[in-house]
Amino acid sequence: MGDIPAIFPVAPAWEAEGTSRIPFWAYTDEALYKRELERFFYKGHWCYVGLEAEIPNHGDFKRTVVGERSVIMTRAEDGSIHVLENVCAHRGMQFCRERHGNKKDLVCAYHQWSYSLKGDLQGVPFRRGVKQDGKINGGMPKDFKPEDHSLNKLKVSTRGGVVFASFDHEVPSLEAYLGPTILQYFDRLFNGRKLTILGYNRQRIPGNWKLMQENIKDPYHPGLLHTWFITYGLWRADNKSELKMDEHFRHAAMISTRSNAQVKNEVTAGVSSFKESMEIQDKRLLDIVPEPWWGGPTAVMMTVFPSVIFQQQVNSVSTRHIQPDGHGSFDFVWTHFGFEDDTPEMTQRRLIQANLFGPAGFVSADDGEVIELSQNGFEQKPYHRALAEMGGREIENTDHMVTESLIRGMYDYWRKVMGV
Amino acid sequence: MTSMMNDFQTYFDLMRLYADYAAAVDAGDWEKWIEFFTEECEYKVQPRENYERGFPLATLALISKRMLKDRAYGIKETLFHDPYYQRHVVGVPLVRSQEGDAIVSEANYAVFRTKLSQESTVFNVGRYLDRVRITPEGMKFESRICIYDSEMIPNSIIYPI
Repeated sequence: MGDIPAIFPVAPAWEAEGTSRIPFWAYTDEALYKRELERFFYKGHWCYVGLEAEIPNHGDFKRTVVGERSVIMTRAEDGSIHVLENVCAHRGMQFCRERHGNKKDLVCAYHQWSYSLKGDLQGVPFRRGVKQDGKINGGMPKDFKPEDHSLNKLKVSTRGGVVFASFDHEVPSLEAYLGPTILQYFDRLFNGRKLTILGYNRQRIPGNWKLMQENIKDPYHPGLLHTWFITYGLWRADNKSELKMDEHFRHAAMISTRSNAQVKNEVTAGVSSFKESMEIQDKRLLDIVPEPWWGGPTAVMMTVFPSVIFQQQVNSVSTRHIQPDGHGSFDFVWTHFGFEDDTPEMTQRRLIQANLFGPAGFVSADDGEVIELSQNGFEQKPYHRALAEMGGREIENTDHMVTESLIRGMYDYWRKVMGV
Repeated sequence: MTSMMNDFQTYFDLMRLYADYAAAVDAGDWEKWIEFFTEECEYKVQPRENYERGFPLATLALISKRMLKDRAYGIKETLFHDPYYQRHVVGVPLVRSQEGDAIVSEANYAVFRTKLSQESTVFNVGRYLDRVRITPEGMKFESRICIYDSEMIPNSIIYPI
């Protein structure tokens, strides 16, 4: 009887050494999740909000989220980009309902308080009262100062056309935040060319948000779960590859070069998802044309903690925004893009290769499914733990992908910040 | 359009095409699904947001019958997913135009999903925008674009809509 652990841990503690064994309660505890929002999404970190190309003109705006908080990204008359919390300074209404558009100012419908595109309060109806029968009725107190009641303004940083924001104005610079290693791969993808928006995909995945970060820090699964990756050599254990992290181990890049398409060897032995004789009927699905900016690797998958994944898989490039919603669910928003100098053929190629990714993707649909089912496992057995011991228990950059080092790295950082 | 108004047989055939298509995708008969299309064809599942804003990205963008075959193979052989049933309810087709053997039509649809041991839920709601060709083998889709209102895909879409 004494051997049966409490199913629902009362005072969860991280018992194992290091981070190669991750307790399931890290994914199921609601109080812990609230603390994650505080410490990762609302303080000390930069979160992804969008691409400059989404708001090219003065007055353009886009509504999105930082963590669970609704924010509006705007472009002001002077071309500057602002990110404002979508909560009216008056009565707290989450006033912006359109997801995108163009406006001269931001107005809350309730009492028509209006704000500039930079978030400054400019209009308060009846501020100086209403004249009636020779007397002035009401009005705001004499000491009411509009400048004390702007929208909550986030700190904003842009680089290469990508917009990040932080509620924390003390956050280090974006460049310091990413660190030199990750910055190098960030700049490889966002190298200053103007981006063009190809469109969005939105999916709701019933799993803890960290599982999405882990999915793209886990090079062990793609060559096993994803038939297309192993069969066509897009991602397999014998590809030339590197795994790199920032100094805090929170961000990572998985870098891989395609090889061995449909080659049978020890890597494919016993792997049921490998289909030696599989033949794509319409080769345009995988009509890969190397681009000069790749500089070698055919895939670089970047996880920028906590909110975003930057994808380059052959000719398909996208941002994937993680929008947590409670401990057991997140929205996953894909923005596929291209570059201003893309030929029509290249645009078409990116659109067709997008069939591999997103909520219906030949590859990525599986990822959402395994995340949902992992969460189911965690919920039913919260006293247990996951194992991340492929490649040992150390945290290190590697020149191969047979390891879960990046997941261990992320939890090393997570434990430090969370005090767990 | 005028010819359609008076041609009951053509409209009847069109309704039957819609009904047969829904029955095939609900039955999970992917070989049959492919045969609803002409050799040169397109089949897309696209968020309404992208469609209305002029963004070309589709959640699924298949641009030939061969590519439909690749999808059918993927469903059967390569995609891992939680099993589910789907059930289509399709409205009566609205004919926008007919010129010769080409019909432009559309219809509302709702797809319900039922996972094993779970309740049935609304999975995807939208409308079909179609270009139908009258061929010697009967009516076929030259183009079927599923524009969905549903703002969030509940995890993933595996089967064709």
